[in-house]
Amino acid sequence: MTDAAPLYALVLAGGASKRMQRDKAALDYGGESQLDRTVALARRHAAATFVSVRPDQAADPVRARHTLIVDAFGDGGPIAGIRSALRHSPRNPWLVLACDLPFLSDEAIAHLIRSRDPSRFATAYRSAYDGLSEPLCAIWEPKSAEALAQWQAQGRTCPRKFLGAHAVTLLDPIDEHALDNVNTPEEYALARAALDTTGAPGRMQIKIQYYALLREQAGKSTEAIDTLSATPAELYRELGARHPFTLPHEQLKVAVNGEFSDWSHGLRSGDVVVFIPPVAGG
Amino acid sequence: MTRFRFTATPIDVIAGRCELLDVAAGGYVSFEGWVRDHNEGLAVRRLEYEAFVDLAVKEGDRIVGEALRRFSVRHALCVHRVGELAVGDIAVWVGVSAVHRGEAFDACRFIIDEVKHRVPIWKKEHYVNGDSGWVNCERCAAAPRDVHAEYDERAARHAHD
Repeated sequence: MTDAAPLYALVLAGGASKRMQRDKAALDYGGESQLDRTVALARRHAAATFVSVRPDQAADPVRARHTLIVDAFGDGGPIAGIRSALRHSPRNPWLVLACDLPFLSDEAIAHLIRSRDPSRFATAYRSAYDGLSEPLCAIWEPKSAEALAQWQAQGRTCPRKFLGAHAVTLLDPIDEHALDNVNTPEEYALARAALDTTGAPGRMQIKIQYYALLREQAGKSTEAIDTLSATPAELYRELGARHPFTLPHEQLKVAVNGEFSDWSHGLRSGDVVVFIPPVAGG
Repeated sequence: MTRFRFTATPIDVIAGRCELLDVAAGGYVSFEGWVRDHNEGLAVRRLEYEAFVDLAVKEGDRIVGEALRRFSVRHALCVHRVGELAVGDIAVWVGVSAVHRGEAFDACRFIIDEVKHRVPIWKKEHYVNGDSGWVNCERCAAAPRDVHAEYDERAARHAHD
């Protein structure tokens, strides 16, 4: 049997990003969104690349610049996205990638493609943490469509459990961090810092306004810095090395772009940050 | 107009009061915070107020809005000075008009207490001995009080009177 249909890629960008509290697809890495990075990676390996979205996301500018496949199977999470791709092109195998895997490399994708077994439902990596499959960095075969439909008809949404219950090929990871995903602002900060040391331009321009005691200790009212600090907490620590600040950050509040914010808030280039010393109005 | 404002010139309390006039109100309560000549054992010569105006106006307006809802008063307004102040100057003014006096007193107290704890305004005291310092910043800041709990306790006490 010849397997002539080329490999297509599906980048999943339909998640709710609950723990991140921001759209994971839009997270910035060196001036590029996580979604754009993942699509560019997929394009280097697949004959055609599509982005999976829910119907209400189709007009979102972060997503709309790509070729979309809109979920056609209801609120079924990744399973609905994969089924929609298999309906779009039923003869092609699909390289399915989550868009929250910033460390995913060309080597990891190439190894997956080389190791692909078209006689199985899917070829996937085994997690470096729990040994279970990683369904969202995997090649899904056309023959899985029927079983996926049955799975979803049973009200089941977990693609990991699906792979666990069906004939699949599992590969050992070539790099234990390649599939680390980013779900929280803290993980995002760490990922961005780590990627920067490997050459990605992760520096941001942040403006700081100082008031009261901090203004006097900084010797200025405003300051613009080029920084790798991903959160206000890291930024205050970095600035504390430049200026003789005496207030610990536990005694301060922080505002970003004119509104109270959080010490673990993910900063973006161009943000204006104000550290608020203990107040004394009245 | 926001219900919380800053001014760099003396606060016009008569103009503020006029903004609260209402034929449905049965009373008006105001509070004036004055620059005292001493603080924590030191003789004070003058004061300096500084504010992060953008956020302070937003937060101050939110506080007044909370007071209007919480106490069902008719109108409320708070004006705060910035810049250099002398002993005896009015640093802050709060005015509230309400159908009955009880809510007006309660709302006025609530607004000044919240403003002191939440609005990004800083006070630098210049002492007669030549020293100066940012209040709450130079020494170990005291643990913040839970003003809501304190307020509810007081309200509950009145309810039993």
